[in-house]
Amino acid sequence: MQAFLHQLLSGLATGAIYASLAVALVTIFKTTHHVNFAQGELAMFSTYIAWSLIQKGLPYWATFPATLAVAFVAGVVIERVVVRRVEHAPVLSVVIVFIGLLVICNSLAGWIFGFSIKAMASPFPSDAWYGSAYLSAHELGMIAVTLAVLLCVFLFFRFTRLGLAMRAAADNPESSRLVGVRVGWMLALGWGFAAALGAVAGMMAAPVVYLEPNMMTGVLLYGFAAALLGGIDNPWGAALAGFIVGVLENLAGAYLVGTQLKLAVALVVIVGVVTFKPAGLFGRRLVVRV
Amino acid sequence: MSRGAAKIVGLAALGVVACAVPFVASSFHVFQLTQIVVYAIALLGLNLLTGFNGQISLGHGAFYAIGAYTTAILLDKVGFPYWATVPIAGALCFGVGFLFGLPALRLEGPYLALATFALAVTTPQLLKVNALERWTGGVQGLLVEKPGSPIGGVLDADQWLYFLSLGVAFGLYLVAWNLLRGRTGRALMAIRDHPIAAATMGIDTALYKSLTFGVSACYTGVAGALGALLAGFVSPDSFTILLSIHFIVGVVVGGIASIGGMLFGAAFVTLVPNLADRISQAAPWAIYGAVLIAFMILMPTGAAGFARAVARRLFRGGNQPI
Amino acid sequence: MARTATFVALVALLAGVASAKDTPGVTATEIKIGQTMPYSGPASAYGVIGKGEAAYFKMINESGGINGRKINLISVDDGYSPPKTVEQARKLVESEGVAFMFQTLGTAPNTAIQKYLQQKQVPQLFVATGADKFGDPKGNPWTMGWQPSYRIESRIYGRYVLKEKPDAKICVLYQNDDFGKDYLIGLKEALGDKYATMVVKEASYEVTDPTIDSQVVSLQGSGCTALITAATPKFAAQTIRKVFDIGWKPLHFMSNVSISVAAVLQPAGVDKSVGIITGIYLKDPNDPAFKDDPGMNEWRAFMKKYMPDADTNDANYVYAYGVATTLVQVLKQCGNDLSRENIMKQAANLQGLKLSVAIPGTEIRTSPSDYRPFSQMQLARFNGKSFERFGPVLSGD
Repeated sequence: MQAFLHQLLSGLATGAIYASLAVALVTIFKTTHHVNFAQGELAMFSTYIAWSLIQKGLPYWATFPATLAVAFVAGVVIERVVVRRVEHAPVLSVVIVFIGLLVICNSLAGWIFGFSIKAMASPFPSDAWYGSAYLSAHELGMIAVTLAVLLCVFLFFRFTRLGLAMRAAADNPESSRLVGVRVGWMLALGWGFAAALGAVAGMMAAPVVYLEPNMMTGVLLYGFAAALLGGIDNPWGAALAGFIVGVLENLAGAYLVGTQLKLAVALVVIVGVVTFKPAGLFGRRLVVRV
Repeated sequence: MSRGAAKIVGLAALGVVACAVPFVASSFHVFQLTQIVVYAIALLGLNLLTGFNGQISLGHGAFYAIGAYTTAILLDKVGFPYWATVPIAGALCFGVGFLFGLPALRLEGPYLALATFALAVTTPQLLKVNALERWTGGVQGLLVEKPGSPIGGVLDADQWLYFLSLGVAFGLYLVAWNLLRGRTGRALMAIRDHPIAAATMGIDTALYKSLTFGVSACYTGVAGALGALLAGFVSPDSFTILLSIHFIVGVVVGGIASIGGMLFGAAFVTLVPNLADRISQAAPWAIYGAVLIAFMILMPTGAAGFARAVARRLFRGGNQPI
Repeated sequence: MARTATFVALVALLAGVASAKDTPGVTATEIKIGQTMPYSGPASAYGVIGKGEAAYFKMINESGGINGRKINLISVDDGYSPPKTVEQARKLVESEGVAFMFQTLGTAPNTAIQKYLQQKQVPQLFVATGADKFGDPKGNPWTMGWQPSYRIESRIYGRYVLKEKPDAKICVLYQNDDFGKDYLIGLKEALGDKYATMVVKEASYEVTDPTIDSQVVSLQGSGCTALITAATPKFAAQTIRKVFDIGWKPLHFMSNVSISVAAVLQPAGVDKSVGIITGIYLKDPNDPAFKDDPGMNEWRAFMKKYMPDADTNDANYVYAYGVATTLVQVLKQCGNDLSRENIMKQAANLQGLKLSVAIPGTEIRTSPSDYRPFSQMQLARFNGKSFERFGPVLSGD
């Protein structure tokens, strides 16, 4: 029983990583209706920037917002310079551009920072009172940060004018333009926010999984599984699904299919969700009138 | 000279060169050319699905792997002759592709890309599964006996494999070309461009899409089988997500929805990493990424589109659609 | 008489011409060597080994080379992808015409090219992998490894547990590939019939797994008191940290590939790594016992001059230095006969070569029936700063 509980809590900790990446994926989908394959690599690159700043001596409480700012700007720039060119192109072009971004970020990170693992500082001291044998201080802090971020995102999209404008720009660009929403900038802002969220995900994950160029390649698939399972347009659904996927992966690996097929669990979730319940558990059904 | 005649002359010249090259080139270059031919078959398969039919697949590496392992297992464990394994690999992949195409019917653009991406990332793990280790060799992989030349005096093993692959490629390209310029091709492209209108016109989109998935997988599976004979070894490490990304790069660079462009795409994917290696060792993938983005933005029709534009300037005869 | 002399001279001349043709890659001024390394892709952390070796050969060349010949190492990237390794190996052998392949890295890549190199009779020297199958003079006479194989290593761990803690319950965490599985095989060989009773759980992980926390939790739950971890650096660091965090204190053996203080123990936390046991055969750059050691000073001077920007805490550079030194010895022994046959013959003729960067008490020894240059290791325990050796130098045979 104790082992089961331990697996469960461990799963929640890994689930927090998936959840935070899933929230970033959902944000980009809500604001641009694109499935961004490069989200993980952008998050990893942002984490390297954070690591570099810390190496230069900047304290963590300054590095964190600085990295978010850099990631935000980078996201905006990428959208304006690269993604905008293929806005009206068929879906294939967009997907390929994302794959291109994925590949560039990955190889640049390797080129600039090398391939050996780097330790990333954690804002949660390892001997804090809330740490335990089940969940270390950082893991608990990570869950808390994920939930906090989730709350911010949810409130932003639900209750602010800007959030509403961004959702409108994605759902119906023509009508939005007619009411005065600057669609181009809404898309760019969406990318910026998503990039910043990805940076948070990376900075939270790195102390656990260790920073290296391939840090997010495994996580990305689980993040997608979570985002799809929860509803690709629903941030809290995706976060909840992230925790579910984390726990599911751990329990399935420990008790059901063995550790060899853990990634296959993600594959099954993805294929299963898109085949049987495309809107996910908590998403809205999208009906297109012909 | 009209465009049609120029095309035929060009193709004939290419054919002559292709047949002559292995007798003047070194063994290693013949090996590389065979690799290009094999990739050209795989890329044509992917292009059928993604370029002509609009179903984005980021997971064709999985079908390549199935084809390769089929050959390896049949040769190693069952003792089939090597030339028989190739059509079997193709048939098996057709079945798997068709079955995968059925649920894929419900998936739109990016979701299909995501599902196939997940398949590609998971492929190495699936190949290592303990339950199948007796057949697949597990993490160790399987050695594939290189086919010897049946006309030993005239052609050595490398040249024989080259001509075998060339023959298969020629046959498959002919089939694809014939398929695409008739009703089937138009149906596929209609489904890609306006699926609802196509359905309204009476095209059985579900059947066509699934069959295309099957045929596309079949082509890539055949390529995988030949590739296994060429490399002499299959292992889970040979078929990672990077292979699927190689394929997508090749299709994009060669020209989406262009048959001839696939030869260029295959050459690009085979030769550029070696060249980029000299610039810097991290360079190849960064270059791939930059190339992908640049081509999508600047030259969406790829090298084939570029060639067509040039040809249009040179041969002002006829106004043929693609 | 004169005719006989002319005849003999002619034969000698022809023999000379023939043998000149039999030394591909070798001229009077140069020896060309081929190598594939993962400079990109998932295993790129090991690319530094190739860089270290290149720097060593540069040093040798600057002091005149070997018997007047400079070493030309052509090292290319294969991205740890076996089909690419095949292509690069063929290119090196057929287009570049290298004399032999040196330190090609990875079990799968080496397996892919082994048959080809045997057929072409090209030496596949000192492969950079601990897979046991590369030390097989009967089956593959042209292939030779260098480092103590993973099986030798885990045999040593198994025997230690049998001797010191015969009631221990062992569990194994291993990477699900050739590397990890070799440890299981070695352990089975060491424990024999006792394997079933002593080893209570084996857990594997894939390199695509983000964390191995679940596996570590499972292993703790099985109640074992000794843990053998066959993991690569990233996962080794995760394991060390997780084991400490959950308050578990098993007798922890760590694979030799992941004991670099800089690359693994520091990210994991040196305080969390105290007590870890490994088998070492090369000197730890951080070990205070080797602070003034002439062998390590030689290495340090080399690093300072030829790789000034490299991290001197990275044990991969010590490894590279050791292998390169071994190769130079082989080439020296060849003298002026640098045919592939002789290179292989001399590689199988290393009598008690003591490396400046290997721990005292070990030596490199090969013979036509023994293709394992390094089969000795000494156990060492991490004390928070470096690995402290204890016990005798053990042989894994």
